[in-house]
Amino acid sequence: MELDSLYQEIILDHYKHPRGKGLLEQPLGSAHHVNPTCGDEITVQVSRDAEGGLQIGYEGQGCSISQASASVLTELLTGHTVAESQEAREAFIALMHAQGLSEPDEEVLGDAVAFAGVAKFPARVKCALLAWMALQDAEIKAGLLSRGEGS
Amino acid sequence: MCWKPMATSASPLSQGVPSPVFDAQAVKADFPILATTVHGGQPLVYLDSGATSQKPRFVLDVERAYYEQSNAAVHRGAHALAEAATEAFEQARKGIAQFVGAQAQDLVFTKNATESLNLAAYAFSNATAIAQWDPASVDSRFVLRPGDSVVVTEMEHHSNLVPWQELCRKTGATLRWIPLTEEGRLDLSGLDSIIDESTRVVSVVHQSNILGTINPVRLIMDRAHAVGAIGVVDACQSIPHMPVNVHEVGADLLAWSGHKMLGPTGIGCLWGTTDILSSMSPFLSGGSMIEMVQMDGSTFAAPPQRFEAGTPVVAQAVALNAAVTYLQALGMADVAAHEHALAGYALEGLSKLEGVRVIGPLSNVDRGSAISFVVEGLHPHDVGQVLDSRGVAVRVGHHCAWPTCRRFGVPSTTRLSPYIYNDESDIDAALEGILAAQSYFGVK
Repeated sequence: MELDSLYQEIILDHYKHPRGKGLLEQPLGSAHHVNPTCGDEITVQVSRDAEGGLQIGYEGQGCSISQASASVLTELLTGHTVAESQEAREAFIALMHAQGLSEPDEEVLGDAVAFAGVAKFPARVKCALLAWMALQDAEIKAGLLSRGEGS
Repeated sequence: MCWKPMATSASPLSQGVPSPVFDAQAVKADFPILATTVHGGQPLVYLDSGATSQKPRFVLDVERAYYEQSNAAVHRGAHALAEAATEAFEQARKGIAQFVGAQAQDLVFTKNATESLNLAAYAFSNATAIAQWDPASVDSRFVLRPGDSVVVTEMEHHSNLVPWQELCRKTGATLRWIPLTEEGRLDLSGLDSIIDESTRVVSVVHQSNILGTINPVRLIMDRAHAVGAIGVVDACQSIPHMPVNVHEVGADLLAWSGHKMLGPTGIGCLWGTTDILSSMSPFLSGGSMIEMVQMDGSTFAAPPQRFEAGTPVVAQAVALNAAVTYLQALGMADVAAHEHALAGYALEGLSKLEGVRVIGPLSNVDRGSAISFVVEGLHPHDVGQVLDSRGVAVRVGHHCAWPTCRRFGVPSTTRLSPYIYNDESDIDAALEGILAAQSYFGVK
């Protein structure tokens, strides 16, 4: 069934059991993004842990794709460096624009490879990207990334 | 021409006749796109006519014939085609105006209903700006000041909300709105205090695109006139679906679009009373809308040309007039009766589904066939995706009525909006799709 290529088990699992959902107590940067076509909203916050790794918090409401994407991203990048988050974001954006033709790198993207099928549903690409773009904005607002470095 | 008016039986809405009044399957055969399949052979079930309607072959043929036989610049040029094009354009204006009980000279063509409503709102902001330097040249009814109020409702499409918000921002006027009841109808209990002596313009939707509610616009327009305000009605979702006569509505200005009523994209309409239109400042300026142009200033043409700057929407108008002809052959009373029956069938079917909540009137009284709902535990985007995989096209999202969604505590909804080419089997396909979505996501 074509739907299964969109709604991978991993995606549905993250949707039903979101990881790391909740806002940070002392965020360094916070970004609220909306998808104005469907009303989905997400707030992504970043901070640093004691070792200098990323701490990510989020809250949002929206479809399975947008909310699962936030959960996957949080699980994947927590504790990682800003450079690694940038690398993953670039890989994820490339995956979303590959129309299902490219082979995603699981080393870089982890569970996010499950979103490969989303690229075949152009109306849902924005849903999948929402949290990733909000994370970039939050990193910029936190001064962890300069505007020109964004994907 | 391969379209034929259907044989109809008399069945006024007031009798609540439950069965369709014309053969929707025969109507459907007039729409080439409805014979297409999607997603590997699924027959298309199109239930998104509130967003845009499909077009019958007759309309497509008329537009093609215009380009093949009559195309030229209108209102200028001394040649045979220019005359044929001008004649076709002005005949179209006449036909479309008559469809809503109006005179051709009071009908302005725009590119869409959003432009029509902006044209109305800009008549106020332009007059307000001009009045600072040259008050004698504008009609004081359009000049706003801090302390004045502008009234809309809480169920407006963004197109009939944001232009008025912007007008208030530019003039210092205050935006007020008529709130909604739990059932999704206007709460008119405070009408006389919401529309009061400070009110200069009242703009309300005739039929809500998200809730389906048909509003008592006459009553609201009468109240607007009682306090000397100008009344505007957004008729985008009413004119395609039921008989509408501009004089019965009682508005000063009435806006609607072509593509929701079997016509092409790229054309909207704004009807106005002769008095109001002739008192309004132009919106877009340039060619075709002038009377005299000199280096230090210009005077403007009478309506409707005053509001039709640049090359007008000629082919679109000709095609929209063909759409009007098609709808008149069906009969708008029968169109309304057909949709009323479908709305009743859909409301009953939805009420039997566990975990489904209709957002908007549950009773099939003063409501159109656009029906919004939410499914417990499922986001509308996911509901729409499952329906789409079964060939059922619906709209999901906030339907450009975000404040209305907020009012009902939902981020968005799924909406069925049937039209003349749908029948009960299409509603059944949607209901089965909802059950399939619940099953797929394991929420039931």
